[in-house]
Amino acid sequence: MDYIDPHIHMVSRVTDDYAMLSRMGCVAVSEPAFWAGFDRGTADGFRDYFRQLTEVEPRRAADYGIRHFTWLCINAKEAENVSLSREVIQMIPEFLKAPNVLGIGEIGLNKNTRNEATVFLEHLDVAAEHEQLILIHTPHLADKYQGTRMILDMLGGDARIDRSRVLVDHVEEHTIREVLDAGYWAGMTLYPLTKCTPQRAADMIEQFGPERLMANSAGDWGPSKPTAVPDLIFELRRRGHSDALIKKVVYDNPIEFFSGSKNFSLK
Amino acid sequence: MPSPMNAAELLDRHYLEVRARLLEIAATLDRIDRGDGTAAEDARMQQIRAGLQILLRSPAGESDGGNRAEQIQHLFSRPYEAEWRKSLDI
Repeated sequence: MDYIDPHIHMVSRVTDDYAMLSRMGCVAVSEPAFWAGFDRGTADGFRDYFRQLTEVEPRRAADYGIRHFTWLCINAKEAENVSLSREVIQMIPEFLKAPNVLGIGEIGLNKNTRNEATVFLEHLDVAAEHEQLILIHTPHLADKYQGTRMILDMLGGDARIDRSRVLVDHVEEHTIREVLDAGYWAGMTLYPLTKCTPQRAADMIEQFGPERLMANSAGDWGPSKPTAVPDLIFELRRRGHSDALIKKVVYDNPIEFFSGSKNFSLK
Repeated sequence: MPSPMNAAELLDRHYLEVRARLLEIAATLDRIDRGDGTAAEDARMQQIRAGLQILLRSPAGESDGGNRAEQIQHLFSRPYEAEWRKSLDI
């Protein structure tokens, strides 16, 4: 089955992974800007990263018949450095012209601090000013619930934000309902230990239905599995769900959401 | 949207894996008990005990049942502080 991984960090993956994704049916990936595993010291470090996301990865993906899309921001972890964050945010508009950029992301919170919230709100300004889609990272483990609620508070308090143009990622059993009920898109991340297994993702699809719901591998430099979305497809098939339902979650929904960007096309 | 599989089919499919996971938890708790010293008063052990209690709650359709996974998530989460804007001065 053709599918799209709406959240994967291919800069952290070897080229063999592109080949494997292609063989598994992946036709497109979307790669949010994220934390590299260390705090970068300068805005120029981010300039190089944004060039990698907008120039290098699309070429690497194309060699395997995969369309590569991306999102730009300074992530929540590095947002603790507000002055660096402002330099990076100032640089983002020049990269929005790149043909594979879908929007601003993955912005969000990490430890739910004042600095993180400040930088999150400033990213919202950029997204609103440039009419960009938004992809949101919600915090890990014990911080997820409070952080997700804070994010929903901030989004809900901004009249410029069109909820149908926002994807709130890494939802789990305790956050999915509030995200969907508020009218946002929701993404389930398939990490075996710290987020969600394919089985639990399938449970949430059964409980909440497939509308405005996606699944991603968030494959990166840590323990993660770039072929986790096919694992979800397999789980849903084993349960007897129809191909139409599965396709809606792993292909149609990403297309519908990403089509809010003029840069998105699978042609 | 219900699962296409009925309850008996789901039990058939998951019985052995649930049994295996219960054994893993039991063996892990035994391992902790055998270790030098004690972890009994550690807040994480109290969370684990509370989590095991959640698993024993009523099935779907009753007041506190049917959302055990969500309850476990909340057990391991910091609660929402509605006045966060004030405390962070945002």
